[in-house]
Amino acid sequence: MLFDRDRARRRGPGRYQVKLRPNERALVADLVGQLREQLLASTDDPAVRRLFPPAYPDDAERDAGYQVLTRDTLLEQRLAALDTVEQSLDGRELDEGGMTAWMTTLNALRLVLGTRLDVDEEPPALDPSDPMAPAYAVYEFLGWLLSQVVDVLSADLPPAAES
Amino acid sequence: MGPVVTAGPATAPVETDQPVGDTDADPDRPWVVIVWNDPINLMSYVTFVLQKLFGYPYEVAEKLMLQVHYEGRAVVSSGTREKAELDVFRLHEHGLWATMQQD
Repeated sequence: MLFDRDRARRRGPGRYQVKLRPNERALVADLVGQLREQLLASTDDPAVRRLFPPAYPDDAERDAGYQVLTRDTLLEQRLAALDTVEQSLDGRELDEGGMTAWMTTLNALRLVLGTRLDVDEEPPALDPSDPMAPAYAVYEFLGWLLSQVVDVLSADLPPAAES
Repeated sequence: MGPVVTAGPATAPVETDQPVGDTDADPDRPWVVIVWNDPINLMSYVTFVLQKLFGYPYEVAEKLMLQVHYEGRAVVSSGTREKAELDVFRLHEHGLWATMQQD
């Protein structure tokens, strides 16, 4: 079976690992490289814009201020997370920050790909001859992997604050 | 801080005497941070992010996530403009569609 084992693992408190098959590793490496290119490109791509949402949708002036304050930081964090994922594609052990980089990167890839595919809540029934079928398969794979990363990180959430 | 996360009036289409577009904003009125539904973010991911960022118990975070999912949006935090902006930023760091407005 292709999906017979968990790829994301918790090896102890705050110690994690993402262990991919070689073909999956190549896929993630390719996607990470593509996302980096798009983040560094100056084009105004709606799918990439999804990673930099407005804080004040009804107040252009205030939102411009927010974007000035945050955009570079958000971009730097995204790029740093991509680096972390690339450097740990070999399955090396990760701390919480490293595993969080995997989480935010997998999610960013889904956001960009999902926006481009214009996905709905319900995934379409895949016809293998559909030219978009590979892209949907990648999207589903990213979701499958992301949910595992979320699961293992959830094990180390601190106790909830008293309200 | 009190339980800002209950399905409060900020998200319900309540009748109000306040005229729409009233610009005479009270600077002391708190700001609310809203997370909007999108078809991409996983439900488990949204729940986890709300737990992690705001320290909510799982049940509270899940209830908010479900409110986002079924009602289209939920107020996830509130406070001063500075606090709301920081919360929005942290949500944006995690790829959630978050905005802020004065309550």
